[in-house]
Amino acid sequence: MADLEERFDRTIERDQRVEPRDWMPDGYRATMIRQIAQHAHSEIIGMQPEGEWITRAPSLRRKAILLAKVQDEAGHGLYLYSAAETLGADRAELTGMLIEGRQKYSSIFNYPTLGYADVGVIGWLVDGAAICNQVPLCRSSYGPYARAMIRICKEESFHQRQGYELLMTMMRGTEAQRAMVQDAVDRWWWPSLMMFGPPDDASPNTARSMAWKIKRHTNDELRQRFVDMSVPQAEALGVTLPDADLRWNAERGHHDFGPIDWSELQRVISGNGPCNARRVAVRRAAHEDGAWVREAATAHAAKAAGRVAGTDAGMGGGG
Amino acid sequence: MSGWPLYEVFVRSKRGLNHVHVGSLHAADDETALRHARDLYTRRNEGVSIWVVRSDHIAATSPDEKDPFFAPSGDKVYRHPTFYAIPDDVPHM
Ligand SMILES: [Fe+2]
Ligand SMILES: [Fe+2]
Repeated sequence: MADLEERFDRTIERDQRVEPRDWMPDGYRATMIRQIAQHAHSEIIGMQPEGEWITRAPSLRRKAILLAKVQDEAGHGLYLYSAAETLGADRAELTGMLIEGRQKYSSIFNYPTLGYADVGVIGWLVDGAAICNQVPLCRSSYGPYARAMIRICKEESFHQRQGYELLMTMMRGTEAQRAMVQDAVDRWWWPSLMMFGPPDDASPNTARSMAWKIKRHTNDELRQRFVDMSVPQAEALGVTLPDADLRWNAERGHHDFGPIDWSELQRVISGNGPCNARRVAVRRAAHEDGAWVREAATAHAAKAAGRVAGTDAGMGGGG
Repeated sequence: MSGWPLYEVFVRSKRGLNHVHVGSLHAADDETALRHARDLYTRRNEGVSIWVVRSDHIAATSPDEKDPFFAPSGDKVYRHPTFYAIPDDVPHM
């Protein structure tokens, strides 16, 4: 046992990857399953806010793009469920935990998409924040998770760029369109900053996750990186970020920004955001409405297998 | 979905390369596994050929790197080109 633990520690220390059938501490396995499952759930629930706009996107081009983007998010969820299963989790059980509200997903998806500009702002800011979070996870210590992240990050770049391009197009449009963009930025900016999780001094699990190299940077480091990246992008777009305290701090070499309303994050995480109930209800309905498809495919496979077995029996003469 | 078996997916990204393991999925049978694999793992021309195989049909070595299973290749340094000292002025070697 001590021997196994030592080998695990050495693997982490040497920056090698932990692979599925390796021995690992129970805490590492549990933390990994929880993180991957929550991440998977976020991708799956994350289809909804934008998915609501597929039928209302203003052109065939925009519909095709949005459809592809939402389909990618489904793919991201499935890559991650696949990674969770390598740790012994059961995919159906994870879906069950999501629709019974026993596992969480990113709080950002509990906000509504009130206008079409929201689609652009989600691509720019929400996918942008996700990229900030996910790029370091490509070096996460658990092999299947890191590999899923590499695949996901490759696809996220399209998500962010299509969103930003959409916004640039709207900013070149009418006064009303520009106002829609600004309104969407005003609503999504602070929730995007909250995507990085609670501040470091209120994030008790960070130290352990960093020691295990599951996480590579703290929440506050990543949040700062995101703010620094977003400011020039907002400028280029011609929108203002809704923070009076936001300014360059030459001494730190970073942007200072105003205090985040953590009570809002707490409220949304604990189930009282604007859309929590609806998001879970839609996911549950999709799962339940799809039951007949799963059953039909199972029945078809059983019947086909029976036919093959029947032929074999006939040819072999039985026995 | 829990009734559907787990499949491992291998994709050949282009001619001339081996199939590489990319992940797994659940499917009712081989045929739907291939279709799901196409939709999930090759949305951007990542593949020209896909293999799927039921996970429970894969036989694997023990994950232990110290496993004596791999010992026979551990001490055969003479299988590597660097084992042989050749003077620097001998060309093309
Ligand atoms: Fe995603
Ligand atoms: Fe995305």
